[in-house]
Amino acid sequence: MTGSTPDWLIRLRQNAGLASAIALFAAFYLVYNMAHPKGFSPQVFVQNADEAFALVMVAMAQTLPVLLGGLDLSVGAVMTMVNCLASHLVVGSPLQIFFGMTACIAAGAAFGFMNGCIVVYGRIQPIITTLATGAIAIGIALFLRPKPGGKVDEDLSWALTNGLGDFAETYHLFDDGKAAWFQPIAGIPVAFVLLILVVLIIWVPFRRTVIGRTVYAVGSAEGAAFMSGLPVNQAKLAAFTLAGVFAAIGGLFLAIQTSSGNADIPQANSYTLNSIAAVVLGGTSLLGGSGSAIGSLFGALILRVISFNFRIFDIPPLMQSLVEGLILLAAVSLGGLRVLRIKNRLELFR
Amino acid sequence: MTDRDAQPLLSLSKISKRYGGVRALEDVDFSCSAGSIHAILGENGAGKSTLIKIMSGVVQPDTGSMTLTGTPRRFLSPAEANAAGVVCVFQELSLMPDLSVADNISIVGPPTRLGLIDAKAQRRRAEELLASIGCEDVNPLLNVRDLPLSRRQMVEIAKALGKKPQLLILDEATSALTNSDVATIYEVLKRLRREGLSILYISHRMHEIEELADRASVFRNGRHIETFPMGRYGHGEIVELMIGREISAQYPPKVKRERPAPLFEVKKLTWENRLRAVDLSIGKGEIVGLGGLDGQGQKELLLALFGVLKGVTGEVTLDGKPALPGSPAEAKAPSRRIALIPEDRKTEGLMLPMSIAENLCSASLDALSTGPFIDRTKEEVAITDAIKRLQIKIGSPGDAVATLSGGNQQKVVIAKWLMTNPRVILLNDPTRGIDVGTKQEIYALLRQLADKGAAILFYSTDYDELIGCCDRVAVMYDGAIKVELEGDGITEQALIASALNIDAGAAARSGHGVHG
Repeated sequence: MTGSTPDWLIRLRQNAGLASAIALFAAFYLVYNMAHPKGFSPQVFVQNADEAFALVMVAMAQTLPVLLGGLDLSVGAVMTMVNCLASHLVVGSPLQIFFGMTACIAAGAAFGFMNGCIVVYGRIQPIITTLATGAIAIGIALFLRPKPGGKVDEDLSWALTNGLGDFAETYHLFDDGKAAWFQPIAGIPVAFVLLILVVLIIWVPFRRTVIGRTVYAVGSAEGAAFMSGLPVNQAKLAAFTLAGVFAAIGGLFLAIQTSSGNADIPQANSYTLNSIAAVVLGGTSLLGGSGSAIGSLFGALILRVISFNFRIFDIPPLMQSLVEGLILLAAVSLGGLRVLRIKNRLELFR
Repeated sequence: MTDRDAQPLLSLSKISKRYGGVRALEDVDFSCSAGSIHAILGENGAGKSTLIKIMSGVVQPDTGSMTLTGTPRRFLSPAEANAAGVVCVFQELSLMPDLSVADNISIVGPPTRLGLIDAKAQRRRAEELLASIGCEDVNPLLNVRDLPLSRRQMVEIAKALGKKPQLLILDEATSALTNSDVATIYEVLKRLRREGLSILYISHRMHEIEELADRASVFRNGRHIETFPMGRYGHGEIVELMIGREISAQYPPKVKRERPAPLFEVKKLTWENRLRAVDLSIGKGEIVGLGGLDGQGQKELLLALFGVLKGVTGEVTLDGKPALPGSPAEAKAPSRRIALIPEDRKTEGLMLPMSIAENLCSASLDALSTGPFIDRTKEEVAITDAIKRLQIKIGSPGDAVATLSGGNQQKVVIAKWLMTNPRVILLNDPTRGIDVGTKQEIYALLRQLADKGAAILFYSTDYDELIGCCDRVAVMYDGAIKVELEGDGITEQALIASALNIDAGAAARSGHGVHG
């Protein structure tokens, strides 16, 4: 166990969940592209990135409460709420658009912070807190958008849901995107770049703060975290707030992508449930303490790529749910193999 | 060699602490000086743990005061005590299993760069601290969960040293270490003493204390009995200081008789490295005690015999037929009828929010059912019987079992298992934390059950109980039974001496300890 094992192997073992999620995604995506008539082309890549972005964000949002050892049933609803809010605010002059987008993310953060306050100071379990606040978020969404509609700046919508080349053309950057050096990356989807930026600017630094580490410590052994004098309450507040931010980014993108707001309740619920599946697929333990938002990112991509494959292989809609369930169950079972090594059966219940 | 003239580093004055009705510390004056390794001795429950919990801010004393280098102090949390330089390595580990070794060592105040945790600096720090205690083989990247217990304990020590303590408290910190680690720790502790640290060392291992400590304090029943420089007393005298109390509880009389033929036999029982070829036999109608210090494999033995542990090897026979169960359900099946009164009634014994009646029936539902349905009438009869038999004081059988006092809860656990009509009864410290009255009733009940033909294996951390209740006592040390005491040979001296694995003759001039 100690000494001789090389560092890379240790890191691989500790991230086995993430590694297998990446492998699974890569395999499914390869199959999809090979079967697709326009496989491996920028158009397909752009379309896939746009379709996956919102779910990836919601899955990353779900990761934080799960790391604490809880569940957040409001992530899909917060996404929907911000989607409706954005359909009012993200129009007008560039400055108005900027403040509108800021307000959208602030609304998500505030909502997450409220969830955190109820959990920390009200001492109510996350699952029931967020069940209630999720209904509230849907209520607000319906109030903002009783019927689907609204408007989002068209240039923004076009620029963010296509390739980098289109983005540059819309905003007249790099000779309208025609600069020679720019050509090799012009086909990369903007959504993909945004995704990487979110990971690098929000998740990676957060993981390396004391608060971020405390989130893991609380999920791993809350008593020991408290006894070590760690900021347990601040970590919980931060986790829920950050969950709100991620969900809001998802909602904002959804509004930009669809150019409208829609208080779609079934959609909100399916995003919430899929986010839990994505978190588990990405190797995060539902008991808390281990895993990462990057894992959830790949978990969400797996869910999306499964439905892409349904499309390409013409799986009858009646079969899709069944097949998806079986794939999920098989993938999640791999994580359960650890149980076989436990020698004291009492530990199974601890 | 009287008290040092220098000012003590930490001193306690008139400290008392009660938990509910139990007196843990009473009127304790105690001090320790810089540049010293100070051993704290006492039996289980003598108040040692409470003492160090008070020093390190885990609990607050009811009365009394504490001064650190002359200034009065009061620690409201472990973090405050750490900040003042008082650091404790607890018996129960404080590590976070899902975080890496490096993360754990620097869990409080990690090295940062630009406000973010500097993983490289943190790793170097972990490597340096681990190297200082001879643990270069532990990779700081590993998760604590993946380390064996002995390595975890070394990480815990490295974590404590990283806090730059002036007073380092080690509570049984060497209990899980390998011999070579223990040797390294000795060197480290002696070096720290030279550097002027004060070290409080709690251990049940007399050899360690002789090797390391320069002073020792003996505690007994929550009182500080005496502090003396090492070398003043021999083993025997120290053991006497640790005992020195009257036996207070009443025990049912033991009948002198021939040793009965074995009913329940255990041969070469082995599990992981916690049980090492345990041999034991219990006759019909016999109460056999399990003695020894905490954590020598007694709990694992009981769990193994009840089918909780996986990968147990060895032979277990009941009435000559193989009887090693594969699960608790098999253990209680009619072919075996083994019962275990578990260690922690709150998690393993009872379903606290459920009613007294439901709890009582939970182990014998198969006997109380007709087809798939639970037979209400049978159930009521059984419940009434059980409550009467153990004289459980309750309002109504429908009340939640959580509403009962500790003693009555324990009676419910015992009654629940007696309803299965067991042939072999395993008890894991069944009288811990309950009142004297209930204890006496339990002792009487055990004798009565034995007389009716049950074979009883009784683990207790209380030596009085072992002496008062048991026909024989098997003393465990390091996963094996080292000594079996019988009849008049079960004395406190012999029990403590064999628990410490020291020569019984030296410790107890009058003891009849027999080496197994």
